[in-house]
Amino acid sequence: MEVGQMQRQWIDYTRSLFIEGFLDAQFLQLEQLQDDNNPDFVVEVVSLFFQDSHKLLNDLTVALDQKSVDFKMVDAHVHQLKGSSSSIGAQRVKNCCIAFRNLCEEQNIDGCLKCLHQVKQECCLVKNKLETLFRLEQQIMAAGGSIPLMELSF
Amino acid sequence: MGMAAAAATESQQFHVLAVDDSLIDRKLIERLLRTSSYQVTTVDSGTKALEFLGLRENDDGTPNTPSISPNNHQEVEVNMVITDYCMPGMTGYDLLKKIKESSSLRNIPVVIMSSENVPSRISRCLEEGAEEFFLKPVRLSDLNRLKPHIMKRSKLKDQDQKQVIPEKIDTLLEVQKQHQPQEEAQPQVQPNLEQQQQQQSLQQNNNNNNSSNKRKSMEQSLLPETTDRTRPRYSGIATVV
Repeated sequence: MEVGQMQRQWIDYTRSLFIEGFLDAQFLQLEQLQDDNNPDFVVEVVSLFFQDSHKLLNDLTVALDQKSVDFKMVDAHVHQLKGSSSSIGAQRVKNCCIAFRNLCEEQNIDGCLKCLHQVKQECCLVKNKLETLFRLEQQIMAAGGSIPLMELSF
Repeated sequence: MGMAAAAATESQQFHVLAVDDSLIDRKLIERLLRTSSYQVTTVDSGTKALEFLGLRENDDGTPNTPSISPNNHQEVEVNMVITDYCMPGMTGYDLLKKIKESSSLRNIPVVIMSSENVPSRISRCLEEGAEEFFLKPVRLSDLNRLKPHIMKRSKLKDQDQKQVIPEKIDTLLEVQKQHQPQEEAQPQVQPNLEQQQQQQSLQQNNNNNNSSNKRKSMEQSLLPETTDRTRPRYSGIATVV
């Protein structure tokens, strides 16, 4: 595949991620912070997010599995996950966390468990999507091309 | 870090201390600040922030208190603290209070960041002396609101001693006292000087010792969703059709 084709593929794929709500404007902010001196900034931050979320999701699973659930702790974990997903622009994960926190407040265990399952799915989905995106980027750069800059028109 | 900090005071670059327990947010704020040409140090807790600023837990903040370890913070000048609100242990609000209660640190502008838009939280922080309140995730455009506070600081810096020698303490405190009433009595001086450089909305944020202007700052903080999003933020790049 030649570079132009790969770039168009990248544009279409990126656009779909925004349209489908996986990513929001914050992700574009991350891209704006990337430059020649910090060429891997986005990948680094996203990787941090997946490490962080992996641990949080494990902690949440354990916390919700207890005989007597400590909802304060569950809420603290979800708050952290909400914060970090918001910081990288992972919109669907963030929205899931917002719902999750409401259920924590209601001390609704079944609701929380359902939400946990959903959050795990959303994290998995956005991880796959971003990995695909980064792979496309690597292919473009390996072929000597550059990554197009994106703008959202509201 | 010591060498870089010494270079910072030499080059007159402004040094921001960023405090956040989230690694991702620390990385983000560091990049945001560096992109805006500030020198940055990040720490992950309020306690570490106070240590970095040279304030021990029981310290009342007088610079000439003899301590076991050398008072290195005098070499590492901090021009602003930007801190997350929600942190385990010492919250951003606690840190703000400690800084404002310290005679050596209280003139350092403090900015609070929070992922939650809670009006009572915002006003509490502003009343305690925070210069600005940023909603997370913080954006590059938000950092423009820091400029007036940094420039205020530079006026103070020119008259500060770099090395605080005990017999000069009184002079230093006198200088700081002189600047305090100026900021309150002549709020118009700052915006007039900076008007050409700043956006219209920033003028409101300059007068944050005045309580009605604090309310303006609060409104500003409450409305970033509407004010920022109506303006095109991404300029000069390819359009997605």
